[in-house]
Amino acid sequence: MTEVLSAPLVVEFPFTRSLGPVQSAFLTGLRERTVLGVRTGDDRVLVPPVEYDPVTSAELRELVEVGATGTVTTWAWNPDPGRNQPLSTPFAWVLVRLDGADTAMLHALDAAGPDAVSTGMRVRIRWAAERVGAITDIACFEPDDGTGPPERAATAHHGEFTDPVTGIVAPARLDYVYSPGRAQTRYLAALADRKMIGERCPSCRKVYIPPRGACPTCGVATEEQVEVGPGGTITTFCIVNIKARGLDIEVPYVYAHIALDGADLALHGRIGGLPYDQVRMGMRVEPVWSDDGGFPDHYRPTGEPDAGYDTYKEMV
Amino acid sequence: MSKAPVAVVGIGQTKHVAARHDVSIAGLLREAALRALADAELTFADIDAVVIGKAPDFFEGVMMPELYLADALGAVGKPMLRVHTAGSVGGSTALVASNLVAARVHRTVLTVAFEKQSESNAMWGLSLPIPFQQPLLAGAGGFFAPHVRAYMRRTGAPDHIGSLVAFKDRRNALKNPYAHLHEKDITLEKVRAAPMLWDPIRYSETCPSSDGAVAMVLTDTEGAARTPRPPAWLHGGAMRSEPTMFAGKDYVSPQAGKDCAADVYRQAGITDPRREIDAVEMYVPFSWYEPMWLENLGFAAEGEGWKLTEAGVTELDGDLPVNPSGGVLSTNPIGASGMIRFAEAALQVRGQAGEHQVEGARRALGHAYGGGAQFFSMWLVGADRPTT
Repeated sequence: MTEVLSAPLVVEFPFTRSLGPVQSAFLTGLRERTVLGVRTGDDRVLVPPVEYDPVTSAELRELVEVGATGTVTTWAWNPDPGRNQPLSTPFAWVLVRLDGADTAMLHALDAAGPDAVSTGMRVRIRWAAERVGAITDIACFEPDDGTGPPERAATAHHGEFTDPVTGIVAPARLDYVYSPGRAQTRYLAALADRKMIGERCPSCRKVYIPPRGACPTCGVATEEQVEVGPGGTITTFCIVNIKARGLDIEVPYVYAHIALDGADLALHGRIGGLPYDQVRMGMRVEPVWSDDGGFPDHYRPTGEPDAGYDTYKEMV
Repeated sequence: MSKAPVAVVGIGQTKHVAARHDVSIAGLLREAALRALADAELTFADIDAVVIGKAPDFFEGVMMPELYLADALGAVGKPMLRVHTAGSVGGSTALVASNLVAARVHRTVLTVAFEKQSESNAMWGLSLPIPFQQPLLAGAGGFFAPHVRAYMRRTGAPDHIGSLVAFKDRRNALKNPYAHLHEKDITLEKVRAAPMLWDPIRYSETCPSSDGAVAMVLTDTEGAARTPRPPAWLHGGAMRSEPTMFAGKDYVSPQAGKDCAADVYRQAGITDPRREIDAVEMYVPFSWYEPMWLENLGFAAEGEGWKLTEAGVTELDGDLPVNPSGGVLSTNPIGASGMIRFAEAALQVRGQAGEHQVEGARRALGHAYGGGAQFFSMWLVGADRPTT
């Protein structure tokens, strides 16, 4: 049998995030080289700040400013930085308790090697040259040679800045390798020969196209291949009047459910070859193949008389 | 041991809008949760477990949002779980929460459902470019419009029914301060004059995209005895699933929907839903789904649902008001939409629905569906404590 197909599938989207009052102050502060934390009811200072107390669930709004220097509480060496990590050369992931804070935050430490990193070492923020109100405004931490400001306590801060950052864009990307499986692979191979090959369920005898390799009702594998079509009947349809995202089709056009002769459920396709407002339920159609060897480009009327409603109503 | 009776004693919603740029996702949920607790005159300390629900993660791009919501929802040190059944999730989330009380696992459970659609694009999330698959050629409403045409063909329903539903629901929304769309100058002419996006579905007959959250506090008999306002009692609840595509699937009236409703009615002792149920909150994302679901849920014989709509039976002052809140057509934070139906049904039998209160409502049905008519979830709530 033919080799099973596979192809990359990249899922990528620039999600937006509304920050809410606490994260808004924190990220805007970073833009202004100010690190803000939040004070809890039992007088701990959390950095980065959170909106709700992780122990009591109380709303937290009392912002404080903490130092730009701190102490490493633990670390791990990263010998092989990946894409989008804070530094391109090997570095240490560190948890840093900033001066005045009771909790540690995760960031990168630019150090010569693992021998140059230790728990308890003093570090300071290296600010990014261009700051926009994001966690990356802290380019990384660097060892503090004692020239940084002395340790300090947290001090009250109003959290107000001009032109505050209220939202961020969080681009997300997932890289998959997608395989459609054996049944779809056989189906696609047949399309290249302009044949529509479905599969029959050995139990209920229904013919599925496109085939899925198993019957969704009986839950058994489908192996028997059955050529269906090329003729078919429009069971129902809609007239699309707005352009769908990423589809380069002139509107209006007809999007239809088509029961190919010999198939037991309808597949979907575009109807062409006649004005959109003349398409009817029951109209007989056939595929118009594209030159790329894939799915039919669209379906067009065969000129046969319309099928009676009773012949296809079970598939509407 | 029999099931414990379950009471809804607290309900809270956010004002649903197109975009809540002023709050984080956690802040949005917190707002609904605190309102539900305030309604019940309880605090997080009174809650034994938290059950949340939202639509697919791709809709907002936060994988497993439950991981960061425990503090916002007072769930620290308590069980917290998330339910996931596509568009029906708000309904099934409430049912999972109610089952925890009915099974005597927990006495008082907070349940919350939400969507912040402005953070993403649901249509993108539903149409990932899967290799080797023919893309859906029609956009959001293109999935539904052919089924609407099939309904019209099957029943002979006249063209104007869909507009009547949209006109009714948008007018009802004007009486609901939490509804997203408040179209003060709505007229039937305006509904009918809107462009056909996916003929036979007009723009005015589609649901909006909303940011919003809804929360409920569910408790047992003892909890209900202490509550300051009348509770809504659970008389029946059920979920059903079927594949999105299979030979013989009836998209107009899916078998899973019929079976789910029949199960709920059996539990509640309902034999004639049309007479015995006083208000319905059903999941109508496109206007024509009102007559379709009226048949699927047994309120009308097959082919007759549109006649109820046309005769005004489903109006707020009709004898079977459908979506007195304005429904999904007026408010659609997807993951929350099902639970809003359930909560609005409970508000009706508690007599707490305000301006959109159905006079004398004693029993109401909440209905949700999703995932290409794959998942159904429903509950029936009443003003009286169930006798069985």
